[in-house]
Amino acid sequence: MTLAVEIAGIKMKTPVMTASGTFGSGPEYADFVDLNKIGAIVVKGTTLTPRDGNKGRRIAETPAGMLNCIGLENPGVDEFVSRILPGLAAYDVPIIVNIAGATTDEFAELARRLSVPGVAGLELNISCPNVKEGGIAFGTDCMSAAAVVTAVRKNTVLPVITKLSPNVTDIVSIARAAEDAGSDAVSLINTLLGMSIDIHRWRPELGNVVGGLSGPAIKPVALRMVWQVARAVKCPVIGLGGIMTAEDAIEFLLAGASAVAVGTANFVNPRASVEIAEGIQDYLVERGLKSVRDIVGRVNDSI
Amino acid sequence: MIKRLTLGAPAIARTAQPGQFVHVRVGESYHPLLRRPLSIAEVDREVGNITVIYRVVGKGTALLASLPPGEFVDCMGPLGNGFDMNTERPLLVGGGMGLAPLLFLAKALCPKPVTALMGGRTKEELWWRNVFLGTCRSIHVTTDDGSMGRRGFTIDLLPELLENCKYDRIYACGPLRMMEGVARLARDKGIPCQISFEDHMACGVGACLSCTCAGTDGKRRKVCSDGPVFWAEEVLEL
Ligand SMILES: Cc1cc2nc3c(=O)[nH]c(=O)nc-3n(C[C@H](O)[C@H](O)[C@H](O)COP(=O)(O)OP(=O)(O)OC[C@H]3O[C@@H](n4cnc5c(N)ncnc54)[C@H](O)[C@@H]3O)c2cc1C
Ligand SMILES: Cc1cc2nc3c(=O)[nH]c(=O)nc-3n(C[C@H](O)[C@H](O)[C@H](O)COP(=O)(O)O)c2cc1C
Ligand code: FES
Repeated sequence: MTLAVEIAGIKMKTPVMTASGTFGSGPEYADFVDLNKIGAIVVKGTTLTPRDGNKGRRIAETPAGMLNCIGLENPGVDEFVSRILPGLAAYDVPIIVNIAGATTDEFAELARRLSVPGVAGLELNISCPNVKEGGIAFGTDCMSAAAVVTAVRKNTVLPVITKLSPNVTDIVSIARAAEDAGSDAVSLINTLLGMSIDIHRWRPELGNVVGGLSGPAIKPVALRMVWQVARAVKCPVIGLGGIMTAEDAIEFLLAGASAVAVGTANFVNPRASVEIAEGIQDYLVERGLKSVRDIVGRVNDSI
Repeated sequence: MIKRLTLGAPAIARTAQPGQFVHVRVGESYHPLLRRPLSIAEVDREVGNITVIYRVVGKGTALLASLPPGEFVDCMGPLGNGFDMNTERPLLVGGGMGLAPLLFLAKALCPKPVTALMGGRTKEELWWRNVFLGTCRSIHVTTDDGSMGRRGFTIDLLPELLENCKYDRIYACGPLRMMEGVARLARDKGIPCQISFEDHMACGVGACLSCTCAGTDGKRRKVCSDGPVFWAEEVLEL
């Protein structure tokens, strides 16, 4: 029995990764969970130049979920490479860097600067709903999604994962466009655009008015999209959105995801990604299955 | 409604420093989903207990308040950085629930002579005075309506205290406006001042960036892991 999987050439001890923006760059959680037991750590969205993020309140709790409008606060790619990345070498876990550019050229430049030892792969964030310039535009249009992937592909030999936005009419066509342009895998979903209002002050709760919804509340939407996309593309699919337990993760694997990522659950339980992997293992052992592959895409959806 | 909750948490009690907080899960369900940050107000290192004092303001604190004694609570901590304890004559200035971390600080500073200045809207809000009694050398009180102590805000009384006595450290926790006022007076007198920030938190460990603030040096700070305690000039434009 093995939990190991290989996604786009990235070897992982378990199929459970941590989702970008919810796990810092890893060491933040080192006191609470053994980072070496995580499938892969996906680092917070990184941009070419440092960003302060959005002003005002950045999170709001909603039923079974939360809204955030962090606005891609990060120290910039050079600071990441020189100051943060070396510290990550102490851990035996693949580091995937989530990148966000305002233009295709910026994505290309980010890919170049991150093609260094210690980075196992790149995740293209063409789907962040919380920044005004760029971001979302790439993820909602097949042509620009493809252009970003092409530009990155030309500038790195690292595995490229394209992260898709759920805030679109047809996620399948964007996934296909990313795959055709050379993306080695796709991950989905990013947060759903949402809003909440403080009825006492008659004001939006978030400083940015709107923000990205994550957590258990979005799981059915994420699962549906993973199922749709997994049937339409040949490249591996990484499923995420509201995964809190091993049962949630197994649903995503059955729907066609080859690996899963845990986001908001980390805030509730820092050990979630490891406990979920253990739960998947128990599930496989109970059924006498040998590998995670034995359940990927195995949902019987014939009518 | 104010509640006092004591938790048997030997590992946290052993290492907790004044100013640090715990991140508490208030229920097993997904609503509310996130943990709640609460300052550590008292610690009994021998018995292995920590105490938090909190105001019931919404769903999470209401749920916490409804738990029966003996219940298990999922609690992460101690989190954040504590107060700098390098002082001989400390002055503690607190308002509202900001007095919770200052209680732990006052006890930890004993037997050094601790002076506390506390403010509230009315006499009822200053039940804190009784809690601090016995720990402090002297306690000064202000109320907005004059029902106890001096009428006004803590920062109205503070200049007098700073004139008569020589403090070598000021610690402030409470509303931002109060902390700014305290920090300004402290700067004018050349007394190092620490303040404790609050922000909406998700992770509590520095991973999600929901709680960051601008440092005066242009670099960002995370309230949960770089703070909640900061040197005033680190984060306040005075
Ligand atoms: C470091 C730190 C220490 C704190 N220590 C204490 C303490 O010792 N005693 C005490 O009474 N309160 C303290 N607070 C405030 C306390 O965390 C909130 O009152 C509590 O989370 C409210 O939860 P709720 O579900 O009842 O309110 P709701 O309004 O239902 O909560 C909704 C969301 O807003 C957040 N929230 C609400 N009010 C605040 C606030 N003032 N600050 C930050 N987030 C908030 C909640 O955590 C939750 O995510 C502290 C806050 C921080 C950041
Ligand atoms: C606070 C926060 C910050 C996030 N930051 C990023 C980011 O920088 N880049 C990105 O691609 N996704 C980001 N996300 C989205 C998550 O990676 C994930 O796609 C989403 O939260 C759904 O998964 P979940 O329901 O398990 O949290 C962020 C999510 C949260 C809650
Ligand atoms: S609460 Fe997540 S960084 Fe502070």
